[in-house]
Amino acid sequence: MTTPFYVPPEQLVKDRADFARKGVSRGRPIVVLQLKVGILLIGENPSPSLRKIGEIYDRIAFAGVGRFNEFETLRVAGIRYADLKGYSYARTDVTGKSLANAYSQTLGQIFSHEIKPYEVDIVVAEVGQELSEDKLFRVQFDGTLRDADRFVVLGAGEEPIAERISTSLNTEMSLDEAVALAADSITHVEEREIGTSEWETGFLERSAERRAFRRLNPTELESALDS
Amino acid sequence: MTPTTTGIGPLRIGEPIENGSFLSVLESRGLQPEWKLDSPLTSPLPEATTVLALTWADGVLMAGDRRATAGNVIAHKRVRKVYPSDEYSAVAISGTAGMAIELIRLFQTELEHYEKIEGARLSLEGKSNYLARMIRGNLALAFQGLVVIPLFCGFDEIAQRGRLFSFDVVGGRYDELNYATTGSGGAEAKSFLKSEWQADLGRDAALALAVEALIAASEEDAATGGPDIRRGIYPSIVTVTTDGVEEVKDEELEATTAAIIETRP
Repeated sequence: MTTPFYVPPEQLVKDRADFARKGVSRGRPIVVLQLKVGILLIGENPSPSLRKIGEIYDRIAFAGVGRFNEFETLRVAGIRYADLKGYSYARTDVTGKSLANAYSQTLGQIFSHEIKPYEVDIVVAEVGQELSEDKLFRVQFDGTLRDADRFVVLGAGEEPIAERISTSLNTEMSLDEAVALAADSITHVEEREIGTSEWETGFLERSAERRAFRRLNPTELESALDS
Repeated sequence: MTPTTTGIGPLRIGEPIENGSFLSVLESRGLQPEWKLDSPLTSPLPEATTVLALTWADGVLMAGDRRATAGNVIAHKRVRKVYPSDEYSAVAISGTAGMAIELIRLFQTELEHYEKIEGARLSLEGKSNYLARMIRGNLALAFQGLVVIPLFCGFDEIAQRGRLFSFDVVGGRYDELNYATTGSGGAEAKSFLKSEWQADLGRDAALALAVEALIAASEEDAATGGPDIRRGIYPSIVTVTTDGVEEVKDEELEATTAAIIETRP
């Protein structure tokens, strides 16, 4: 019988984290901004059908970067979890906090138990009735759960994009101004032009009565990008 | 298949859900709504009665009275029988109220679940077929007296027009033209619509027609409740057009109802 090589746990965790981080940092960036009118989620996505941003429940949205099949699995599991909870109890009992916690538990479990960790970085955004009730959660590949304030940037060029946004972001901004700010920050850091049809958007509208999530239509997006 | 665990439980990653439906998700956790009877019921359960749907110039309209009866007792005076099922469709119920309301809740969740997972709404045809399947699943209970018969209507985004569907107890689905009714006062409401319905009715005329058909039904059928202006009880009415589902407010119905009662022989 051969004895397996001993790998110290520090090394194991580090190797896994490096592997996952490398996968995530290749993903095209997504920006999530908190505004008075709602929460904007925007990123570059040349595919019109493979979505990175999606609706989870009435006031909750999801965004993911990294491997498509992995964050898609998480998105679908999140919708099932939210719909089950809303159907079994009441619509108001579905919260971003419990969903983010569930994601964190699951990703943590996968990170330490599966052959390979998920190469994903995700955001769970929940729009409240008031700006102060908004929740922005970021869950990383190892299950690290963080509570973000004002904005989140995921994927390639995270730091320089975040720096540009933090200096100009203001919650009083209109939706158009916020779209322009996010798009401008991403194109500036990526150093190339991105066509109007290559942006994927999601918007959680604060004043909505029930399902707050919608996507900006092409005309809306075009006029916002021009502003 | 017996579920390994019941209850909502933790987030489950990559679980194989047959056909991806929300009902299958419920079943995998043993949470699907179920009613079991060992013998036929001896005491009557609340039943919802007259509902109707009709087409008008901009789309379709669906209306229902507010009474639920259990045998000869008026069980509830303000029951809602007409519900939006998603942004472009509505469903109305007749039959055993408790079961019907739960089935509608499940139907609404199912449509929304599909839309979120697939990123696109089911076609109107698809929605009506799914509803037919839900009714068919209920057949054994229907023979024991627990019947649920809905009406379904919506705006067909492909055909660009309003459409109506009626159902029978075995889940038969019928594509109806112009108008449809169901429930104990359905026959009376139908004969009223037969003589009064016209093509391309305006919104006000369509509302008035629906309210009057319900009043006509309530005059002949004891299980159908007429409007009660003093207590503020009006029919529940929903319209579906290219702009989506809209619930008609009581304030608007108050004026319509008062005008009809005034002129009715």
